[in-house]
Amino acid sequence: MFKKALAGIGAGALLFGLAACGGGDGGSDGGDDGSLVIGFAQVGAESAWRTANSKSVQDAAEAAGHTLKFNDAQQDQEKQIEAVRGFINQQVDVIVLAPVVETGWTDVLQEAEDAGIPVVLADRGVEAADEDLYVTRLGSDFAEEGRKAGAWAAETFAADADGTKILELQGTTGSAPANDRKSGFFEVLDAEGLNYEIVDSQSGNFTAEEGKAVMETFITTHGLDGIDLLYAHNDEMGLGAIQAIEEAGKVPGQDIQIIIVDGSKAGFQAGVDGKVNYIVECNPAFGPQLMEVVEAVAAGETPEKFTPVEEGVFDATQFEAELPNRQF
Amino acid sequence: MNPYAKRLMWPVLILVALIVVNIAATGIDFIVPSVNDGRLGGAFVNILRRSAPLMLIALGMTLVIATKGIDLSVGAVYAIGAAIACQMIIGQEDQSAAGLIFSAVALALIVTAVIGAWNGTMVAYFGIQPIVATLILMIAGRGIAQLITGGQIPKVQDSSPFTQIGRGEILTIPVPIWIAALVFVAIALLTRKTALGLLLESVGGNPEASRLAGIRSKGITVLVYLVCGLCAGLAGLIGAANLGSADANNGGLWIELDAILAVVIGGTALLGGRFYLLGTVIGVVIIGTLDDTIINVGLSSQWQFTAKAIVVFAVALLQSSEFRGWILKPFKPKPEIAAPAPAEEVPAK
Repeated sequence: MFKKALAGIGAGALLFGLAACGGGDGGSDGGDDGSLVIGFAQVGAESAWRTANSKSVQDAAEAAGHTLKFNDAQQDQEKQIEAVRGFINQQVDVIVLAPVVETGWTDVLQEAEDAGIPVVLADRGVEAADEDLYVTRLGSDFAEEGRKAGAWAAETFAADADGTKILELQGTTGSAPANDRKSGFFEVLDAEGLNYEIVDSQSGNFTAEEGKAVMETFITTHGLDGIDLLYAHNDEMGLGAIQAIEEAGKVPGQDIQIIIVDGSKAGFQAGVDGKVNYIVECNPAFGPQLMEVVEAVAAGETPEKFTPVEEGVFDATQFEAELPNRQF
Repeated sequence: MNPYAKRLMWPVLILVALIVVNIAATGIDFIVPSVNDGRLGGAFVNILRRSAPLMLIALGMTLVIATKGIDLSVGAVYAIGAAIACQMIIGQEDQSAAGLIFSAVALALIVTAVIGAWNGTMVAYFGIQPIVATLILMIAGRGIAQLITGGQIPKVQDSSPFTQIGRGEILTIPVPIWIAALVFVAIALLTRKTALGLLLESVGGNPEASRLAGIRSKGITVLVYLVCGLCAGLAGLIGAANLGSADANNGGLWIELDAILAVVIGGTALLGGRFYLLGTVIGVVIIGTLDDTIINVGLSSQWQFTAKAIVVFAVALLQSSEFRGWILKPFKPKPEIAAPAPAEEVPAK
């Protein structure tokens, strides 16, 4: 009984949905004015970064005059596959997919290709075997973020005669951002020939809680005297570490210089307060750039397989001016 | 040796071994407390302070496990408690008002106690298996916490007295250690100086027989889940106060597993019945010390889980009388027919 009622409601909703789609101005073929219908299958709303990302894409689509069909998969791949199938049925012009996981996309991506709908990946990627089934991926270049942090460190500590002593708070062990932000950073330090020593490097799991706990242990084990630089792979860990440094009676940003990656409001606020020395941005607001890529793809162009998101770097002189622009 | 002390012997030995390793790696400073800014510090005191949330949850979990139950939702309840308090405080102009902080803490504790009681009700009155009943909130709870915080991480001002719950000190001893110690003493007195402990063990041993003997086992079951939820909420408050923020996604993530581990290391069997509060305390300190040990001896982060597994494996084997008997067999007098050499099969860790 209940099941039947549910099925009825579902069917009704489906019909209504179809009617709504068909009833628009010229349906989903897009207008003659170059406006597109874009299906966006987003991961979910699991973090402030993600929320800012969704908002940026929605705003950019509206500003460009495109119709965006937005789907929140709540971190469930099944729901995402259903959403992509839905977009195929609706004959959208371009599908944008931010895959929850890397594997299991072959079938549905093949269906999109058979239907002649180009797929653009946003933020995260899919496994290499499916590389032919999407046009391009727009996302952050984590290694480049690490290199930017490394370049600043190499320049700032170039005159440090007794060697630069570095503490590192890594992200989740084995995750792509943690691996690449680490390797990019030290790649540049080595290339620049900086005389440095990694005093300790441990995972803080991208959270403030563990970042603070690990920093406390660093402090009791190594002390802070003589430590020049803390490199935290994200804001949250850096903010936790700053608390630990303050509770140990030292001044973050002065007694020990601090680099963080991400660039959230809270991170910039810490920068304005003088507690952070350098921020490398990991930019969620790539909506406008995504629209450019989507328009190019819809026009039949084939961009590079990977399009890095434009991301800035900020030092102490820029924090205050940039703070109001932060979206997450 | 009385059986209680015997139960505790192996966990204590492991803890002492861990402490010796740390002292060898970093010097005697590891164990000697220092005072800075009027607050007791030093590596080991820091471990105790950071272990306080896990301690609270593990104590609650011990009671639940004693009734042959389990509570998987404590991590999510931790996040909910933290979210409620922080969200309520940041909504106000004056984040330092005593009344505001008191009501934020009270509201968080009331809600988490109600959640615990709900878990207990599902187990006791609806007959749902504990692992299923609490799994629901383990999964849904973080969603609730996200709804409370609107998907953001609420940050309380550093000047708010709320943060003192996690960072402050009373008579130089950090507040979290006070809270954990008080809760331990309260639970120990309640269960060992009243009949409650006996009733608990009876319910865990055989609920039906207990009922027939006139024990109101359902009420007791609801009570222990309520206490467990309350402990998780209190743990969440300490965690949130320590950071001055509440992270609905990551706050207290996987703490339920560490808590169960601490209970088991402490000698309480998952089968219900007898429970060892002091054993749980030692189990928690072992887990807290382990994380620091990995950093102190210079192992990389990749080793964290492996090292934990090895130590837990060692404790579990040492606690098994079958294993000890098997290992010691060749050294005992009166060898029977050529005993098989055990050396090749013994994972001596």
